[in-house]
Amino acid sequence: MLKCRNVWRKLAPFARASSTLCRQNVKRTGLHNARVPGHVPTAHMATGPTGSGGENRLYVLVIGAVAIGGGIYAYRTIQEGKQRYEERIATNTSLHHQSAKQTTTSVQIETPATEAIETEVVPESEPQAAPSTEEPSPPVPDAETAAPSETTEPLQADEPVLEAAPEETAEAPAKPLVEEEPSSEPGPAEQTEPSPPPVVESEPAASESPAAKLSEPPAEVVAESAAGLDTAPPSLALPPHAPYLLIGGGTASFAAARSIRARDPGARVLIVTDEPDLPYMRPPLSKELWFSDDPAVTDSLRFKQWNGKERSIYFQPPSFYITAEELSNAENGGVAVLTSKKVVHMDVRGNKVKLDDDTEISYDKCLIATGGVPRNLQVIDRAGEEVQKKTTLFRKIDDFRSLDKVSRNIKSITVIGGGFLGSELACALGRRSHHSGLEVIQMFPEKGNMGKVLPEYLSNWTTDKVKTEGVKVISEALVKSVTCKDDQLEIKLKDGRLVKTDHIVAAVGLEPNVDLAKSAGLEVDSDFGGYRVNAELQARSNIWVAGDAACFYDIRLGRRRVEHHDHAVVSGRLAGENMTGANKPYWHQSMFWSDLGPDVGYEAIGIVDSSLPTVGVFAKATAKDTPKAATEMSGTGIRSESETEDVASSAVAASTPAPAVTHKDDYGKGVIFYLRDKVVVGIILWNVFNQMPIARKIIKDGEEHADLNEVAKLFNIHED
Amino acid sequence: MTTVGEEGKDKIFFVTKEDHATPSNAELVEEDPDDPYEERGLILPSGEINWNCPCLGGMASGPCGTEFKEAFSCFHYSKEELKGSECLDQFRAMQECMQRYPELYPQEEDKVPEENASKAEQTSEEASESDADSKSTSDPVQESNSTESSVES
Repeated sequence: MLKCRNVWRKLAPFARASSTLCRQNVKRTGLHNARVPGHVPTAHMATGPTGSGGENRLYVLVIGAVAIGGGIYAYRTIQEGKQRYEERIATNTSLHHQSAKQTTTSVQIETPATEAIETEVVPESEPQAAPSTEEPSPPVPDAETAAPSETTEPLQADEPVLEAAPEETAEAPAKPLVEEEPSSEPGPAEQTEPSPPPVVESEPAASESPAAKLSEPPAEVVAESAAGLDTAPPSLALPPHAPYLLIGGGTASFAAARSIRARDPGARVLIVTDEPDLPYMRPPLSKELWFSDDPAVTDSLRFKQWNGKERSIYFQPPSFYITAEELSNAENGGVAVLTSKKVVHMDVRGNKVKLDDDTEISYDKCLIATGGVPRNLQVIDRAGEEVQKKTTLFRKIDDFRSLDKVSRNIKSITVIGGGFLGSELACALGRRSHHSGLEVIQMFPEKGNMGKVLPEYLSNWTTDKVKTEGVKVISEALVKSVTCKDDQLEIKLKDGRLVKTDHIVAAVGLEPNVDLAKSAGLEVDSDFGGYRVNAELQARSNIWVAGDAACFYDIRLGRRRVEHHDHAVVSGRLAGENMTGANKPYWHQSMFWSDLGPDVGYEAIGIVDSSLPTVGVFAKATAKDTPKAATEMSGTGIRSESETEDVASSAVAASTPAPAVTHKDDYGKGVIFYLRDKVVVGIILWNVFNQMPIARKIIKDGEEHADLNEVAKLFNIHED
Repeated sequence: MTTVGEEGKDKIFFVTKEDHATPSNAELVEEDPDDPYEERGLILPSGEINWNCPCLGGMASGPCGTEFKEAFSCFHYSKEELKGSECLDQFRAMQECMQRYPELYPQEEDKVPEENASKAEQTSEEASESDADSKSTSDPVQESNSTESSVES
């Protein structure tokens, strides 16, 4: 702004001069109205001493007009901007519990010139203005002037800043609750040295704070202020800076944390998650946890694997992690997890993020692993509260707990969705139905379970299996409406069928969480959703994305987004490697698996889309070829681990050869190849286990194979 | 006898054991041992330890990660007759650390760290060959396997 002022001042005399010229010229051209200034050679630029007077004047005239116009515009914009800035600051300080009065005013004084014209700067100055101190919101009564002055001392300038009582009451309820950190301290390193008086000033007003929820923190801060402390209390709760910041606390994030710690000795890793739980794995939530005999399973979240070994769904117990407070000082670094905190804003230029409690954390390297949110059916969204109370969207531990509880107390439950999650939940609930008499219905638009993944013949076969697990399958079902009647839900299908049930589980897909795209300026993919990243999982400098939220470039298979557990592990690990300087692209192909009961299971890798042409090669299955047997051999229930993490595979006790079990259909054991332009891009190992490395190799090669039967030989499908 | 079926775009083969008795003539691309993109086992081609190997579970990244790395590095580079004999201090430090986190490092056996080391060494030799091979390692150390699995992610 100062710059503009100077420019204006410089131009002003010039402008005045040219405005006179302008008038003169107008008169002249008016008199010679026939003559358009075409006689002035436009190409002629020089206004040198020998330049002809007319050209010279015209040139000056044009410049002058521009200068005037520009000057007026600049002046107006500055004023408007200043106004907006003041308004914004006022609103925000009334919103913020912490009143960094000193910093606000110092910011005000320093930056009025630079702030206004670009509104982007305004949000930036806000975070500076409001570090994360838990102090009472600015007192109302002192609001004298609405127009803040820029030149007053910090002390007095507090008042104009602490204005807008009506705004305060209106905005305060909207402010997210900050109850989790009763002893939180200032975060950002930018906080300038505070002076005591403003703190003391705010003290008496603390009790008048309109926001009722501040009752806890103000009491504490008042005590602190009374002690004469400045606004930077001694102990830090949240680290202001995390060298490695991982947004999201799921599988990808944990894998990255582990990778970083392995490669960067003494690394300090901070995970921020909006869930209340430490990082855990999701597959057991829809499988093993349901098969547990333990009545306290919803608390312990431990499950027994087929071989009897028990483990928790949490990747590591709490003792693995250090607290956020310790992070900055821990000698050998560590991994800290901030639970129930959401990152709401990302400032890429400043390399920092803002949490929902206004804490700011700066970072060197950041990973976004925010996963996604379950999609809901539109008809349910619109159906009203009664229906939504009886609907579960399944993803987190809490959803598992509530569904477990609900399913014990009702007579009928319907799963909408025929994919992995829907089918697994239906089977899990179906098994429970044997004991409890619960009616389990599953409905989906496709012709059979996993209709979008398996070729039709296998999809039909799978659907039959699901039915034997005790599930009533309604295929080709499109939900038209859902209403609540007599405390029951009535699902009306497009073809007229009516289904009455007590509870609905909607498993109709995942919406990747790209909330930070706007503030961070990150690209979102329009085809697959999620953040668009390159083959090295990088979105922008110092920002990587992994897991469900990453739409990445797969060198072999093209751009894709994968929502599987092993992919989260692989991509998280890769992101962690790249965050520590590896620069490796996504190359190790992730796999996935599904078990629909103890007798049917498959592992898959690559692009497994039923719309692609497929070639299936099958043999007959024996009793040994079941998921149960496979996990017994490898000792883990998480199938992807049986490949990678099982160092010393237990010596396989030779099982007594069981008599060959023939299935009604012949699809007992086999390999299914998915082709795209004659190249194998996906493989399903159907009841064939421990052959994933070969499948991975074939996809990696990307070769055209003339005879896929020959390729199938590599899998030894007949072997016991 | 191979039987062939077709369901639209999906081809189906049923093969007997005899059909698959002859070795496959499918051509696979030769592996490049120095491919920088490939996932590595425990020991990198350069001879260094790959701390990020999934086979280590959380050992190198947990609270005792530093101690573990020191002990295991010492062991790995040890040229003594009795490998790792000069590393007792490091192993002791590691054990002390692990004892502080019984949840993470169950102390069923005192020999766990050394067994881990020797087992990992064993595996490292096989790991460089292929995934499938490492599975065939029959390892007498069942116990440490179970402790390992409880630590693994």
